[in-house]
Amino acid sequence: MIRYIIRRLLALIPVILVLTFIVFTILSMAPGDATTIILGSEYTEELGAQLRAQMGLDRPLIVQYFHYITNLMQGDFGMSYVMHTPVLDQLRVRLANTAWIVVCAMLLCVSFGIPIGIFSATKPNSFFSQATMVFGLMGVSMPIFWLGLLLILLFSVKLGWLPSSGLDHGVKSLILPAVTLGFNYMANIMRTTRSSMMEAIRQDFIRTARAKGVSEHNVIYDHALGNALMPTITIIGMDVGTLLGGVVLTETVFSIPGMGRLLVEAINQRDTPCVLGTLVIMAICVAVSNLIVDLIYAYIDPRIRAQYGAKARKA
Amino acid sequence: MPASSTTRPFSTKKEFYAQFKKKSIAHELWLRFLKNKTAVVGLVIFCIIVTVALTAPWIADYNTVVIKINIAERLHPPSMQHWFGTDELGRDIMARIVYGARVSLLIGISAIFVSLMVGLVLGGTAGYYGGKIDGAIMRAMDVFLCLPDVLLALAIIAAFGNTKLNLIIAIGLAFSPKFSRVVRSAVMSVRDNEYIEAARSIGARDNRIISRHVLPNCIGPIIVQVTLYVANAILTIAALSFIGLGLQPPTPEWGNMLASGRTFMRDFPHIVLAPGLAIFFTILSLNLLGDGLRDTLDPRLKH
Repeated sequence: MIRYIIRRLLALIPVILVLTFIVFTILSMAPGDATTIILGSEYTEELGAQLRAQMGLDRPLIVQYFHYITNLMQGDFGMSYVMHTPVLDQLRVRLANTAWIVVCAMLLCVSFGIPIGIFSATKPNSFFSQATMVFGLMGVSMPIFWLGLLLILLFSVKLGWLPSSGLDHGVKSLILPAVTLGFNYMANIMRTTRSSMMEAIRQDFIRTARAKGVSEHNVIYDHALGNALMPTITIIGMDVGTLLGGVVLTETVFSIPGMGRLLVEAINQRDTPCVLGTLVIMAICVAVSNLIVDLIYAYIDPRIRAQYGAKARKA
Repeated sequence: MPASSTTRPFSTKKEFYAQFKKKSIAHELWLRFLKNKTAVVGLVIFCIIVTVALTAPWIADYNTVVIKINIAERLHPPSMQHWFGTDELGRDIMARIVYGARVSLLIGISAIFVSLMVGLVLGGTAGYYGGKIDGAIMRAMDVFLCLPDVLLALAIIAAFGNTKLNLIIAIGLAFSPKFSRVVRSAVMSVRDNEYIEAARSIGARDNRIISRHVLPNCIGPIIVQVTLYVANAILTIAALSFIGLGLQPPTPEWGNMLASGRTFMRDFPHIVLAPGLAIFFTILSLNLLGDGLRDTLDPRLKH
């Protein structure tokens, strides 16, 4: 298992390399150049050329990329064009805020989405189940930035219970962003859990278990759940990317200084190192979460575990 | 004694023979689709939205109503004259939403067309040939999948600017990795059928086999995904405009209407209500339609 983890971690390196190269190339195709942004009103041909040479922007793209990636390996994300501070410092502060929201949103979704999905699948014709289906459908269709605005209107403006922006009020200020960010995600998890659970309940081994006289509770939680959870875990893993995309929106709605806001600000100010740094960090997060999902698979499903064992022995 | 017509099940010859006539597959699918009530609701809502978008020039004039600033009438609440009220610059929100539908549908559908083309080529090649080609293409797609599609679109827009065409390309490219996967798995599921082997055995070229035999047979799952991804693309456009990196005002777009209305929503909530509802119903209708099509075209997944 450890060998497998190490192998997967090593496989991440080329992915990150290629990804940074792609993003680097896309961003370097932008018209105009960094020196005009840095020098601002002091820009002259001569100064620009001087600075360009100093920053290495006059060299071929591949050399620039190589330079960037060697620095990146040493944990140096470059200097921000606009703030004149290392990008890493910015990222460090912002990443913490974003991580809080994402983790809260995920916890919220998993702890509500899965149980509701299971319950709704075991009593498919009940009113509750029908209601969750409608709710789920609305949930996946809800634009989260609009949901955020509506939640602010209700809980901050009308009721005055929760703060509408920033993260200065501790847990209280995390509730609305987490709900907003996680709403689609929760609906998705719920729908997936429900349908895969209904699928699992119809299988022969469930009928066998019931015929043997296993209690309904055990049938659902011991026999069906383990099988039904696989698609749910896939969705949880796959949607981490979507969640990180949603972070940009949530942070805009609630004016939270996180990675998403940083990215948007950096794009507006044409601060390429900052854009690049943010995207690289987000891509690493997605790649790592995909890895974690694969590991959870192996943990839950003995068939996959056995496969890894066999592979490891062959190798 | 005249033969009573009630004893005869068929009153005319035509009706009698009609029962033996083989119904077309499309007709049968259509009947199956109609049984799915929620899907029909989705189709109806979507058709209404499309009709409204198409007839927009007859509903309101672009230059005098949609983008013209009229400070005297700013922030009016909904009334008979302005169904959804007016926005912070006195423009009729209803008219802007109607024109917003044109923009969203145009960009959303064109963007998915772009990703469909990329997906058909890459996914089709990978799925049909398998082996090393498949490995190479899919590894490349996996790399892209590490970057959330919104962020990939953001990167492209950051580099090339936010014109309509760039948005179409950005969103189209951002969704292509997922599309390639869908097409690939659909192609793989029909690749080994006998009729493909038959085509090959009579000497058909790969191009012909892929375009004439493989793709038509995996059109079902692709149509389903197209519907769902158009919804996603429309959501992405609105999202990009909302954070200020998509279409810029005064172009009426649901996302930027929400963004500019935000400042005034504390006192005038109607300003953010209507654009949000427009996005919501468009996405909802496409999701309902997509789910319905999945049940119709892909009976394996039917519950």
